[in-house]
Amino acid sequence: MSILIDENSRVLIQGFTGDKGTFHAKEMIACGTKIVGGVTPGKGGLTHLGLPVFNTVKEAVRATNATCSITFVAPAFCADAIMEAADAGIHLVCSITDGIPAQDMMRVKRYLLRYNRERRTLMVGPNCAGIISPGKAMLGIMPSNIYKQGSVGIVSRSGTLGYEAAAQLKELGLGVSTSVGIGGDPINGSSFLDHLILFEQDPETQAVMMIGEIGGPQEAEAAAWIKKNMTKPVVGYVAGLTAPKGRRMGHAGAIISATGDSAAEKAEIMKSYGLTVAPSPSELGATMAKVLAEKGVAPATAH
Amino acid sequence: MANFGVATPRGAVAYSPDQAVYCATELGGWHWAVKAQIHSGGRGKAGGVKLCKTYNEVRAAANELLGKHLVTNQTGPEGKVVQRIYVEVAEPFEREIYLGFVLDRKVERVRIIASRFGGMEIEEIAKEHPEEILQVVVEPAVGLQAFEAREIAFGLGLNLKQVSRAVATMLGCYRAFRDLDATMVEINPLVVTKDDRVLALDAKMSFDDNALFRRGGVADMRDHSQEDPREVQAAEHNLNYVGLDGDIGCIVNGAGLAMATMDMIKYAGGSPANFLDVGGGASPERVAAAFKLVLSDRNVKAILVNVFAGINRCDWVAEGVVQACRQLDVIVPLVVRLAGTNYEAGRDIIVNSGLPIISAETLADAAKAAVTAASSAAKHVRAS
Repeated sequence: MSILIDENSRVLIQGFTGDKGTFHAKEMIACGTKIVGGVTPGKGGLTHLGLPVFNTVKEAVRATNATCSITFVAPAFCADAIMEAADAGIHLVCSITDGIPAQDMMRVKRYLLRYNRERRTLMVGPNCAGIISPGKAMLGIMPSNIYKQGSVGIVSRSGTLGYEAAAQLKELGLGVSTSVGIGGDPINGSSFLDHLILFEQDPETQAVMMIGEIGGPQEAEAAAWIKKNMTKPVVGYVAGLTAPKGRRMGHAGAIISATGDSAAEKAEIMKSYGLTVAPSPSELGATMAKVLAEKGVAPATAH
Repeated sequence: MANFGVATPRGAVAYSPDQAVYCATELGGWHWAVKAQIHSGGRGKAGGVKLCKTYNEVRAAANELLGKHLVTNQTGPEGKVVQRIYVEVAEPFEREIYLGFVLDRKVERVRIIASRFGGMEIEEIAKEHPEEILQVVVEPAVGLQAFEAREIAFGLGLNLKQVSRAVATMLGCYRAFRDLDATMVEINPLVVTKDDRVLALDAKMSFDDNALFRRGGVADMRDHSQEDPREVQAAEHNLNYVGLDGDIGCIVNGAGLAMATMDMIKYAGGSPANFLDVGGGASPERVAAAFKLVLSDRNVKAILVNVFAGINRCDWVAEGVVQACRQLDVIVPLVVRLAGTNYEAGRDIIVNSGLPIISAETLADAAKAAVTAASSAAKHVRAS
């Protein structure tokens, strides 16, 4: 089953005709994603990569019944693009864009609450690598060749550290059900917790790898929920052990500004809630393999 | 703050003792505060704020502060250079209040924190007098409302005249927070004078880097003298760099992987010299700029390049590394770990380049090799 996307998801690309949109569209299509069209205001009516381009998301949804979208839109205009997608009834918006102002994201999150729970759009990102359900579909920029299809879910703030995890798992014959990047920004569309809930409900996922980093309350919040509600094992890692206080480490949200923000504190919190914490970033795969073996799950299953 | 309707004492910036005295004479008044302008809190406690009663005292204070490194409990032991000072008319006041605005990540809202214990650090107030902290969480759809500011003002025990001025102050601060894309605005202390005026006696503001593109006025005020020169150089090349104090330079693609690489170095017994995220698109020029930056740190005894190529290809990255090494004549030991798309082709390019580059397969091997290289380089230095 996987979570969020599969081969049936109908996807729009916002910022379709730009360089990034075009390049990644081709990659997504190669992964089996059902891209049904794109939106670039002013280029409606054109055909791009054999697919229709629309001026607005509403028009695009009417014409294609799209349910998901991915934004390759510059930071200055991205909040607008996300809200437009939500207003057009898109169920899942993934925003790759790095550099959206924090108060814009605060307003986007508030905007999404306009709609009641059933109708509300789920947002993933921004500043993330996207979502991939190997063998089914990709809504993002991940290198699909590093993923083996399988039953480990990954939810990560970092894109490249998520790739490292997937590659280590593949090396050990372990596959991924879905890998979700929640992005590196301080205010994101969805948190670790939001996706752990989905993984817990997903029959194809048997265990989850949670990759965090310094800054923010989301790892601790997720760990507390895991202890109370999660039946599937979770392996955690928190990057940024040597990060100094108060400095932004690349990601806008990777900054130690409050108690509980450091990597060491978060790792302790995870352990205290029953997660297995990988002893180093080179042992992400090995730690998961150990946990699965303890659980009695056979590693390599033919797919 | 004044542009947003927040009352502040009259003051002026000075860069020399003469200028400071001139400011004092122009500003008028009988007493002045001479304040070190560095990017740090805790200046008062560190002797960075001096109260002066005569022009001679102003001159002496300016002399003492300018050009020196001021070390506060927030700057770290090296402190920050005082390049400019602020000369302000000092007025007597009756009360000090703490007023802070912060973007709260947990609730994804702007939170206002106020307390009658102005002059103390908010962490202290939270510890000693938690019941004396007033808070409001602002609804982004409508912004800070007057009634919310009134709740805080009456909660602080202000009289009617003071309440209306405090409300204007808070509404102004919120507008500044919103319209300048701040991440933090702290007024400590906000003072109340004998004649019921409410003044911001000192303020600190932090701004969202992601919003500088639309806040030119704020971007123009950037003071590079307060930043690590390596980081200023990095920004010019659009590289994400944070200087640390170890001896293993790092060049990685992706912030999370970069942090994990630094973690790995620590686990292997070493110490990273820097954080550096080259981002996607590691062209030869970019890689060369990254090497130059890392090598400008004289503490660096070895360099670890860790690239997980996704959309990039390892063979292109390898070309970039080899070219950069040739161009720059890299003399410290270099460990390169490539993974992802075309990693074998990339590794072959490195190995066949004829350059003394140590190729590593895994993150663990790369970190171990870098730590070993750095410590043997250190031994050579000591021996010679």
